[in-house]
Parts: sequence; structure tokens; C-alpha cells
Amino acid sequence: MTTMEKTANVPAPRSDEDYQGPLLEVRDLHVEFHTREGVAKAVNGVNYTVDAGETLAVLGESGSGKSVTAQAIMGILDMPPGRIPQGEILFRGQDMLTMPENERRKIRGRKVAMIFQDALSSLNPVLTVGYQLGEMFRAHLGMSKKDAKLKAIELMDRVRIPAAKERVNDYPHQFSGGMRQRIMIAMALALEPDLIIADEPTTALDVTVQAQVMDLLAELQREYNMGLILITHDLGVVADVADKIAVMYAGRIVETAPVHELYSRPSHPYTRGLLDSIPRLDQKGQELYAIKGLPPNLTRIPAGCAFNPRCPKAQDICATDIPLLHPVTERDGTDLPGRGSACHFWKETIHG
Amino acid sequence: MGRYVARRLLQMLPVIIGTTFLVFALVTAMGGDPVQNLYGERPVPEGIRAALTAQYHLDDPLPIRYGYYLAGLVQGDFGTSLSGSRPISEMIADAWPETLRIAGIAFAFEMVIGVAAGVMAGMRRGKFLDNLVLLSTLTVIAIPIFVLGQVSQIFLGVKAGIFPVSGTNEGFYSYLLPGLVLGSVSLAYIARLARASVAENLRMDYVRTAKAKGLSPSRITGIHVLRNSLIPVVTYLGADLGSLMGGAIVTERIFNIPGVGYNLFKAIQIEDGPALVGFVTLLVVVYVVMALVVDLLYAVLDPRIRYA
Amino acid sequence: MRDATKTSVAPGSADEATAEPAAPAAPVRDAAKPRSLLQDAVRDLVRKPLFLVSSGIILVLVVMAAFPTLFASADPQLCELGRSLQKPSADAWFGYDARGCDVYARTIHGARTSITVGVLATLGSAVIALLLGLISGFYGRWIDAVISRGIDIVMGIPFLVGAIVILNSFRDEDGFRIGGIWGVLTALTVLGWMSMARIMRSTAMQTKQSDYVTAARSLGASTGRLMFRHVLPNALTPLIVLATISLGVIISAEATLSFLGVGIQEPTISWGVMINQSLGRIRESLHPLLFPAGFVSITVLAFIMLGDAVRDALDPKLR
Repeated sequence: MTTMEKTANVPAPRSDEDYQGPLLEVRDLHVEFHTREGVAKAVNGVNYTVDAGETLAVLGESGSGKSVTAQAIMGILDMPPGRIPQGEILFRGQDMLTMPENERRKIRGRKVAMIFQDALSSLNPVLTVGYQLGEMFRAHLGMSKKDAKLKAIELMDRVRIPAAKERVNDYPHQFSGGMRQRIMIAMALALEPDLIIADEPTTALDVTVQAQVMDLLAELQREYNMGLILITHDLGVVADVADKIAVMYAGRIVETAPVHELYSRPSHPYTRGLLDSIPRLDQKGQELYAIKGLPPNLTRIPAGCAFNPRCPKAQDICATDIPLLHPVTERDGTDLPGRGSACHFWKETIHG
Repeated sequence: MGRYVARRLLQMLPVIIGTTFLVFALVTAMGGDPVQNLYGERPVPEGIRAALTAQYHLDDPLPIRYGYYLAGLVQGDFGTSLSGSRPISEMIADAWPETLRIAGIAFAFEMVIGVAAGVMAGMRRGKFLDNLVLLSTLTVIAIPIFVLGQVSQIFLGVKAGIFPVSGTNEGFYSYLLPGLVLGSVSLAYIARLARASVAENLRMDYVRTAKAKGLSPSRITGIHVLRNSLIPVVTYLGADLGSLMGGAIVTERIFNIPGVGYNLFKAIQIEDGPALVGFVTLLVVVYVVMALVVDLLYAVLDPRIRYA
Repeated sequence: MRDATKTSVAPGSADEATAEPAAPAAPVRDAAKPRSLLQDAVRDLVRKPLFLVSSGIILVLVVMAAFPTLFASADPQLCELGRSLQKPSADAWFGYDARGCDVYARTIHGARTSITVGVLATLGSAVIALLLGLISGFYGRWIDAVISRGIDIVMGIPFLVGAIVILNSFRDEDGFRIGGIWGVLTALTVLGWMSMARIMRSTAMQTKQSDYVTAARSLGASTGRLMFRHVLPNALTPLIVLATISLGVIISAEATLSFLGVGIQEPTISWGVMINQSLGRIRESLHPLLFPAGFVSITVLAFIMLGDAVRDALDPKLR
């Protein structure tokens, strides 16, 4: 272990103790990948904020840039081929992108932690879960091997893994999918971070287990008053847990809204399409709606609004002008706080 | 685990029997009159011919002769060499330590240098060191080992005088150059394997997790990546040790080391069937046992593999 | 989290980067047509210097083996002791060997034997490996057990010992060894197929369990069809790669057998024969060894590099 990690033992200077702004603020983030096919623009100007205790759900299809944004926040993008040409990621007001790498590593895992989708491949197959959990305490706090193991057992208990003491020396493959995901959660939780990013934490799980894991995550978040970014493509998961939603498409946020408003009154045709494609009991027998076409190739994002080739409401302007995220208001102009839509025709969409 | 080992030991039997029988049959098919061979151009006295024929069951059909051989083998009797009439077990006892010495040097050489070079290359894929390792390992693989042996013997031994030219008169030092030559090819393979393995593991999801945990780069590679990457390397090393211990015909011949390979070649040349079969039996047993060791090693290194 | 993330995980893997967002039927606006894996591989290969260099070398060697007189006008069998061990010169680019034969002419003419033996032995062992591996992996059960033990048994014989013993059993009526090309070919083929068969077997087993084979089976495809239309094409890649690499190894093994005095012998010219002849006078002059040995090394190198390049192109995981 380097001396640097040892010094991490000393509590980090809390000069930002009286910091009042949002916990995390992403400003105009761009991420691109240089591939042989050209430059894939995965993220094209994303803005969002997360406060302590708040849950932001980021919704989108594959390739919408939701995971890439998360990895940029964590600082675990492979660069190259990845590149961040512009943007800021402010954690407690400090831009993590301009920080020296060793400063940033102290935040990673300790202040901001991440839960991955596939716990089996995300855990090291040849190390025991106890070791991998305890590693957080050893690397960041310089704890002894023995103490770290005790902490690991404690953590496993906290995420309600039965017989934690007996299972601490087991390997990841010896656990069920749900239990493995609990271990991932425990690992993220280890140092009681301020913010957790969960990238499709339940996608790989059985439906029954999904609910348990989601409940656990929500409960722990409340307990520690953490910020949570929940990345998902599953509208069903979001509804119960999230405070606000950001819908992403082709690397941009196309709509933001408090969770229930989004469901009741979407203001972007893409969101509407997503909602309409959820099977509903009261529409049994009818043909299920599907958004036509496929998400765009990120090396050749369509001009204008990226969604225009698939949009039922598209007009000429949509193929030429990129719509900004307009604030969404009531018909009479009353402000709808937290709502925005990147559609030229948001008015027609929400009120029409 | 115990049951698995027992089952594997049982599975080994047909392989050992099959291979030795195959060699036994081939040696028989080598033809010629083994008794006559002993006497060269001279006539064989009738009495001696009859005695030898009886002693080696030369009149019996092949499977029966093999049966006799096997029966002796089970009692630890490898038989007697046709030439010089030495017990073959004695010849093995003389030859094997010689082979083990060069094998040990070769093994240490390839393990230390090969693994280190491969791991460093894998971590810096595409960089100068990586290309250097790739190129030099390819070159070593491409040069036939007998050319490598001869050339290094001439240049390092005869001309520069750094190493003893041949034979085993100078103790450890006489085995050094043969060992290095013998290990060079495996070293190249090991370096390439380690490189590929490290490069592959660096792309795994668990490395991303380790990064997200805020671990230092040295900890990520030193603990997470290395533990995983070395599994195939260690198993390759195990298998290689098996073949190294089987002697090296070419190297031992060039440097005149009276090891297993040297004896094998001599036995073939003078058509000493019993000695040839005896040494091959030794090789097969070593090979099969090492294969089992490698399998068990796998289970020790990779917790995902459990033998029941 | 699939596509864009993938891009970051597997840098530069073209089909993964595009295939996920855009495939399989890319939106109308997308000008580029979706490419097959093979097209992708070919496109990849022709851009790779490794592939171009190695296949260029192999091409030259093959032409050399087919039409040696194109490259060398001197008679490889014409030897005059008067010019024994003369150094390379304008007359004889590679000099003369101990018996005064033109090394350049002999090296060129030796290519035919060495490459023919290499190619035929590799083809032979690849065919054995393909059939046994496919049957073993596809049928499983006792057939697999028998074939696998068979592989173990032949693998248990040390390569050189086996080859020497086999070569020793090629005799004429008078009991003289007549190893020659056929003996060497037999030995190299009989002892060279096992690792290819193992690879074939394991890929056949893997492929057999894949969903599309199950699907084909449930659609009533016959066993033969399953084996040759579905399993074989997918299991072929690793076999081809391994065969390419082992071709180089076999050429080197041919030379080793000559060195041990049991392989191809005079008057046939092969690189192995030449190397073996040069070793006797190696202390006096190096060039009779250097040139044939260099050709062996270059050939081995070219085949290994070709195999590597093909594998890299066909296996997107490794990119």
C-alpha cells in the first residue's frame, strides 16, 4: 500500500463542511469514444444535480449515454478510447475532472461509490467476498486484515446476508444472484459514501429478488441520507424509489421531471413512447405500442433533434435545429418546478 | 477431492498402459533381429541365441511379451538392457538426476524471466516493452532449438569460453548453458501466455469495480489482475515441468549430458528395445502424473473449480 | 448499460461498438451496411502490417517451392570441393558449403521439400484432428471417452521419441532405414494431430450447447447437418489458427529430425539436411548454417504471425 493511502486514515479536511450547494452537479458533460468507425459521441451536454438524500433516476435505452455519464462521474472510463472534451463534474462544488488523480481516488469508493449491473463478473472471482469487502477498509482506512474481516461480516449482516460469519470466506460464485448483488451493495456502502451510483442494479436478477434488492437499497439510502443515482431502462423500477427522473436519448437529457408528473403528463414524445410501450392490464388484447426504428448510431447522430427519425410528431424544424431543454410550464404559464423538455413541440406534447 | 484423485489415478492406468504398449509395439516393428544386433556382423552362438530368446520371450506374440513386461514393471522390474545387460532401473537412476539438473535450471529460468516479461508486456500493451517482448519471444520460438544449442555452444562455449563446452565435469556450471537453451523456448511461450492473460484480465469487469473502489493502480494490478492472470500461466508451467523432466533429446545430445534424452536416443540408435521401452515408461508416468498435478493445481488456484 | 459502455470496455472493437446501437437492420439513414464478422475480419486483416508481411513472406516461399529455378540458376547438386566453404560473393550470394555446393541454390531448392512436408503433414493432422475432434465433441459419452483416452495415449509419447521410432521402422528388405520424405511425413502427421483434436473437441462441445444449435435441432435438423453445417463452421476458426501456427513448428521439426540423423537425407535437399551438413564445420564457417537456418526461422515466424493475425481478426474478444 502506498503511503498516500495510509494518510487517508486521517479524516479528510472538511473545509467544505458548510458547503450549501448540491451534492453532485454535472455541467454540460461531453464524452466521446474514438473508435475505428469514427468518433462515437456517447454523451453530448448532460446537466443534472443530485442532493443528499435525493434519488435521481436516469432513464434511457441502451446507448443513451446513461452508463457512460455514470462512469465519467466515477472516473472509471477507459481513456483512451474515451475522452471528455468538455464539461464539469462538481462534487460538493469541486470539479473532479480537474482534480489530480490521487485526490480523486480518495473520493472514489469513499465518498462516491458505484454498484454495477452484473455482480458475478464485477466481483473478482478468485478473492473471497470477505477480502473484497474488507479491502475497502484496508485500502482507504489502513485497517488490519483482521479488523477488516470483522467489518466485512458486519457489512454482510447489514445487507441481510444470512450466516454472514460463515460465508465471509466464500467466493462470489458460491452466492446466488440476489446475494451477490447484496454484496455489491455492501461494498458500495462500506465507507458510508455521500453518493451511490447504481447502474441497473436489478436488471440481472429475478423479478422477485429485484424488489427485495431495490427495497434494501432504498432503505439504506434513507438510513444514511445518501444521494442516489439510479440508472435503469425499466420504468417500473423507478416509480417507487426515485424523486426525480432524467430521460436520456442519444447522449442528451430529453426530459426531466419529478417522478409522478413524468408518468402522468410526459412532455417529450420519446418519454410518451416509452410509457406507451409498457404493457397494461386495462388494455389487454390491444396491440402493444412500440417506438418505431432503433436508437441512432452514435458515430452518426442525426442532425437536429436526435429523435426526429423515430418521432411521430416530427416536423421540418426537428431535422435542422437541436432543441434545448425548455422549462415546462402549465398552459397558463405557471411554472412547473423541476420540469424540462428538449422538444420543439413540448407544449403540444404535454397539453395537446 | 480425495475421490477425484482416486478416479484420476484410475484413469491414468489405461493411458500408461496404452502408451507403453504403443511404444512396445513400435519398437517391435522396428524390425531387425535384436539378438543379431548385439553381435553386429559376427554369428551368434546358438546357445546364447536360445537363452536370450527365452529370457526376452522373443518367440511369443506381441501382447504376451507385453504382458510379461508389464508384470515385471508392476514389481518394479524395468527389465535388463540388451546391450551391456544392465538393469534398466539402474540406468534410469543414473540418468534421471542429470536430466533433473538441467530441467531445474530451465524451469527456474523460464519461470522468473518468462513470467516477469509477460506480465510487464501485458500491462503496457502496445508500448515499446510489449513489442520488444513479442518480437524477442517470436524470434526464440522461430529458431529450431538445435540451431540455438549448437550456435550457443560454439560461441559461448568454444569461442568465448564463458561456458563449459560439453559433458558434466564442472558441476553446476556444466548444466547452466544446456538449461538456459532448454528453457528458452518455453520461456517464450510463457511470456506470451502471461502477456495475453494479463491483457485479457485488465479488461474484465472486476477491474472496473476495483477502480471504482478507489484502489491504487499497484493494488489493482498486483492483487486483482495478477491473481487471475497467473492461473493459466501456473498450469502451463506445471505441464512444462512434466515435459522438462522427461529429458531433452536434442539438448542433452548437443551438450553431451547423459540424461534421459541422451539414453533414449542411444537406445534407439543401437536398437536396444528394452531400454527404450523402459525410459519411455518413465516419461509417460512422469507426464501423466504431472497432468494430474496440474489439474489439482488448477483447483487450488481457481476457487470456481471444484472436483468432486 | 450495453453499447456505449462496451465501447469503453473493449476499445476499438468495431462490431461491438456499432453492432449494438445500429445492428442488425440499421436505420434507413445509416449509409453503411451491416457487415458480417468475416467481412469485418478480412477488412481488419488487410490493414494489419503483421498480416501483410507474414502472408507476403509465405507467398514468396510458396512460389520458391513451386518454381525454384525462377530464383536460382545454379545447379544445387553441382559441388566442387575446390570452392569449399568460400564466403558469400557476387557469384554465390550465400557462399559455398563444405563440399563446395552453392548454398543459395540449395536453400532455394530446399524450400520445396521443407514446405511440402510442412503443408502435407499439417493438412494430414488437421484432417485427423477435425474428424476425431468433431465426432468426440459432438457425440460425447463413450465415444468421447474412447477418443479422448486415445488422444491422451498418443500425447503421452514424447514427440521426438515417437518420430524417431516411427522413422526407424521404415525399412527396405535388407533392413536399411529408408525414412526419407514419406517416413518423415508419416511421423509428423501421426504425432501432430492431438492438440488440434483437443481444440476441435472442446469447441465442438461448446458450439453444440449454444442456443442456435439447440434451435436447429428442435427444428428437426439431422445429425449430419448439425455437425457439418452448424457446429463445424464455428469450431473451425481455432483449428485453422492452430494449424497455421503448427505448420511453422512442423517445418522446424523436420529440420530437427534431419539433425538427429533420422529424417530426410541426401540426395534430397531440405533445409534440415543443409543445417545438419553445415554443423560438422560450424567452427570454421557459419554461413552454410546461417542461411538455411535463417530460412527455417523466417518461415516459422511467418506462419506464427499469420496465425496470430488471423486469430486476432476472427476473435473480436481479443481486440
